[in-house]
Amino acid sequence: MDNNIIVSLKDIVVDFDGETILNGLSLDIHDKEFVTLLGPSGCGKTTTLRIIGGFQQPKSGSVFFDGKEIADLPPYKREVNTVFQKYALFSHLNVFENVAFGLRLKKLPDQEIKQRVLEMLEIVGLKNFARRDINTLSGGQQQRVAIARALVNHPKILLLDEPLGALDLKLRKEMQIELKRIQQALNITFIYVTHDQEEALTMSDTVVVMKGGIIQQIGTPQDIYNEPVNAFVADFIGESNILDGIMVRDFLVEINGTQFTCVDKGFNPNELVNVVIRPEDIEVVPAIQGQLSGVVKSVVFKGVHYEITVEQGGFDWIIHSTQKQNVGELIGMNIGPEEIHIMKRMRD
Amino acid sequence: MKKKYISAPYLVWMALFIFAPLCLVVYFAFTDKRGNFTFENMSRLSTYAPVFLRSIILAGVATVFCLVMAYPVSYMLSRMKASRQKIMMMIIIMPMWMNFLLRTYAWMSLLERNGLINKFLGFFGVGPFNMINTNGAVILGMVYNYLPFMILPLYSTMVKIDHSLIEAAQDLGGNLYDVLTKVLIPLSMPGITTGITMVFVPSCSTFVISRMLGGDSAFMIGDLIDLQFLGNSYNPHLGSAMSLVLMVLVLLCMSLTNGFADDDSEVML
Repeated sequence: MDNNIIVSLKDIVVDFDGETILNGLSLDIHDKEFVTLLGPSGCGKTTTLRIIGGFQQPKSGSVFFDGKEIADLPPYKREVNTVFQKYALFSHLNVFENVAFGLRLKKLPDQEIKQRVLEMLEIVGLKNFARRDINTLSGGQQQRVAIARALVNHPKILLLDEPLGALDLKLRKEMQIELKRIQQALNITFIYVTHDQEEALTMSDTVVVMKGGIIQQIGTPQDIYNEPVNAFVADFIGESNILDGIMVRDFLVEINGTQFTCVDKGFNPNELVNVVIRPEDIEVVPAIQGQLSGVVKSVVFKGVHYEITVEQGGFDWIIHSTQKQNVGELIGMNIGPEEIHIMKRMRD
Repeated sequence: MKKKYISAPYLVWMALFIFAPLCLVVYFAFTDKRGNFTFENMSRLSTYAPVFLRSIILAGVATVFCLVMAYPVSYMLSRMKASRQKIMMMIIIMPMWMNFLLRTYAWMSLLERNGLINKFLGFFGVGPFNMINTNGAVILGMVYNYLPFMILPLYSTMVKIDHSLIEAAQDLGGNLYDVLTKVLIPLSMPGITTGITMVFVPSCSTFVISRMLGGDSAFMIGDLIDLQFLGNSYNPHLGSAMSLVLMVLVLLCMSLTNGFADDDSEVML
């Protein structure tokens, strides 16, 4: 086995009241990586995290930590700490005592506790808040306390369950960068659960995309974004145009009656496929120069770009362009071979 | 500012039926039959000190029993599915729909020398035991009657404790004992003090339970006060003095509990 693997899940099955949550999930997590479990709600990402934390017992399957089976180990005996979705801070204790909670349970000397807690509060930027009451803190500050409380125990892995969900957009962006910084500074493994694809792409070394208790794709953010393995991943990560197409032969695909050269091969002749094209990969040209042409249905200003909807061949194409177009105008669209992603037709 | 007016009905009520009677009790406690000021009522109370003491001890023991029984049940209840919580809550409150006197009479016929329990034990050649007219019977009556008053406030504070707090404590290395003492008990302290108040205060001043189940052996301060107003030793001045002292004693006991609760959280800080 790879020595670099810190957590390994093998054939994990979990069901609640007969409903399958995880369906034979296997996953290796490498040491010192920032790994994100990404998927829509109900995809089993939080359950996966709870299995690693020890809060959920799998119906079958094994959990290995540093090569040792830990499926029967209760949470308090695992070298893992968790940042909970709603922070779960102890309101009867102040900031210092919340962070010191785990160290006090280990019966460490007061001097060491004090030093480690203050050090950790400094790392999360709450140095002067030690004596503050938890209830007087803002959401972002509470979140930092929750992170400090978990990290002060020097866990080998930090589990984070949608920790930024309750924060506003600006604070969330700040905390994303902050979390990445802390992970790199402490050089430990972070396993992060989110349904926010942008968050996943921003922070992760590895993204695990899940759906219906099954892993869809594992890869770097670049891989996941540029080379989605199926239409679900393509749709979930960023915006996409997902069309039905026919793979005429290798390197040639027919979309809405027009043939395009592409870089994909290995499909049966005339196999029905899903074609994924990112909105920003479509070039807008005058109508006569375009491979396809269609009528602009709507134009929405999004800040950096305009989101343009174009009707062509009974399909509404979404295009991201920095150039404004007028509604009702006929425009042309060009798509380069590299920008066309062909994948097996999804069954559902 | 308008909001002040909506509490007016209660303020009038309070003035008429709480504040005014309290003043009357104080007045009666410090006057004799002719209405002259006197400390005599108060000084006579020292002879009843054992009765005061017994009342507080019996009520205290009953409160401890209630707390020990109610705490785990309330916790289980608060972690159940919402629909099941409602059913369980109804079962717990159900005895309270039955008349208080009737419930206590029922215990009389159960505990009597030739009551149901002794008859049942008789089949096995055991007993009969002397159960009625003991301190134990009085405590049993109190626990039976007031247990729901302990469960209700405990349950309502515990149901607000998010399960993730318990998981967080475990996550940080706490075993079950740590979770209980360092998270659950401190967070449910408001429920504990309310529950103690709601069991201890009525237990302390009861006279029905002690008269029916305790006989002469567990004569309590409530019986004594009852005698001063309705009994043959009619003396409302002495009765008022007793009530006043009982009130002060109860307040003292309660502030001790609250003080203890505060100290507890103080230590954690």
